[in-house]
Amino acid sequence: MTTTTITTDTAIRVRGLRKKYGDTSAVDGLDLDVRRGEVFALLGPNGSGKTTTTEILEGYRRRDAGEVEVLGVDPQTGGRDWRAKIGIVLQTSASSEDLTVAELVRSFAVFYQPRSYDEAEVIAAVGLQDSANVRAGKLSGGQRRRLDVALGIVGKPEILFLDEPTTGFDSQARRDFWELIRSLAAEGTTVLLTTHYLEEAEQLADRVGVIAAGRLVALDTPAQLGGRTQAAATVHWLENGIAQAVQTATPGEFVCGLAGRFDGEIPGLTVLRPTLEDTYLRLVGDPV
Amino acid sequence: MTLTQRDPGTTRAARPPVRASIPAIVASRVRVELLTFLRVRDQVIFTFLFPTILFLIFATVFGDDQAGSVPFAQYFLPGMIASGLLLVSFQNLAITIAMERSDGTLKRLAGTPMPPAAYFAGKIALVLVIGVAQLMLLLTVAKLGYDVPLPSGAQRWATFAWVSALSVASGTLAGIAFSSVPKTGKSASAVVTPVVLVLQFISGVFFAIGDVPPWMRRVSEIFPLKWTAQGLRSVFLPASYAAEEPAGSWQHAPMAIVLVGWCILGLVLSLRTFRWSGQEQR
Repeated sequence: MTTTTITTDTAIRVRGLRKKYGDTSAVDGLDLDVRRGEVFALLGPNGSGKTTTTEILEGYRRRDAGEVEVLGVDPQTGGRDWRAKIGIVLQTSASSEDLTVAELVRSFAVFYQPRSYDEAEVIAAVGLQDSANVRAGKLSGGQRRRLDVALGIVGKPEILFLDEPTTGFDSQARRDFWELIRSLAAEGTTVLLTTHYLEEAEQLADRVGVIAAGRLVALDTPAQLGGRTQAAATVHWLENGIAQAVQTATPGEFVCGLAGRFDGEIPGLTVLRPTLEDTYLRLVGDPV
Repeated sequence: MTLTQRDPGTTRAARPPVRASIPAIVASRVRVELLTFLRVRDQVIFTFLFPTILFLIFATVFGDDQAGSVPFAQYFLPGMIASGLLLVSFQNLAITIAMERSDGTLKRLAGTPMPPAAYFAGKIALVLVIGVAQLMLLLTVAKLGYDVPLPSGAQRWATFAWVSALSVASGTLAGIAFSSVPKTGKSASAVVTPVVLVLQFISGVFFAIGDVPPWMRRVSEIFPLKWTAQGLRSVFLPASYAAEEPAGSWQHAPMAIVLVGWCILGLVLSLRTFRWSGQEQR
């Protein structure tokens, strides 16, 4: 046995986290574990306690009760060395409108020396190489967001917090951004992502946690969340030109039987499991 | 969007601790502050140039008038310098910090390993640089354009130095504290500017202090501007003008006490009230 402090496999550990604003519980006994190198998506409706939880993990807010460790450190006491391992992309873009992209990235890179990414590399990574000398105030909404991401990753964080990072991105920019996050994850960066785009969670996340009323109500891989794989499937097909649909727990058997009734192919056959969105809405109790 | 691989030396197991040098961070913050200031035309005009513009207008309009034995321009200059010191310190910081708090700049900085002191060092450096530049511009314009004599003798320069230094220090600390008063960045100018304007009027920087009604003068005695202006009059006006002051003397001792008092008050309030993020979200 050595006495060296070895990095554990847990990047984020939360037990019994509570936070109240006045009489309202924003976070009400939340438990959470995020492994090192994992991309974890936190989903939840507005007011579910998602942002409060994230901001407690980031060290911005103090908790009322519970245990929190991020990279083995309590965020309330995390110092410069801890901050240097953490990258944060907040929900809203900060202005600093009068500095250029390159000036802003440089001014943040200096905090992380000697470990930061090369500024040109980071600017190119977020696709702003043609706007490096443009003042932030002149960027489009999506470009601003990319700048936020650049400032969040310039210090080569071990954990990257992304709070609704792709708001305002067009679909190509969103796909490019996913590639960037995948490349960071491939290098071992832990990512805690909150997003309103379920497709984004499905594309990026190793695991998804659903938070509602300040508690974690579901936790699984995107594919298996909320028992999606076991849930009843809907079989759609066309018979005599009329759309048919049947809900069944045994779609394989049902399709076999159906195939027997047709000569060969079943016209217009689709078998649908509940989408991540369906599952999510059921979990958070949305009346839709 | 991809990043090339990390250098072999910076993988997780081998990450060195942050060794960013504090001087390098401070230098970067100073650069950020100066660039930002110079690129905002409103700030350059209303903070940096305003006292000089006012001086030019007053000195031109009342160019031939005398204020006692000295030309009007000479009488008016100390008040404009005092106003300028208040603008670059108090008004400048109270507005810009309120805006940076409101737009998330402060919150984003607080999420980095930047030592908080580096942010304030950048602000203080900004105040010093534009304060000195403004002072030199005013003195140059007054000397070359209106033949106002520069302070004579080491003692007057020493008074000039300590009054200016305490004035800027109190304005800076009070400005940092006052930045918490405006509720939003948008309202910051609307909240701060009238305070400064009223202070300027009641402190008698726009006209002879003897013309200010006594009750108004009492109020102005609570605040630093009246004392800064008085201290600068003792630098730029003949010694005989001390008799024109309401107290009949330059009152250097109470002046120092009030200005130091505001430094302490500003510091205590700043330490107790400074927040890195706005209160808007929960």
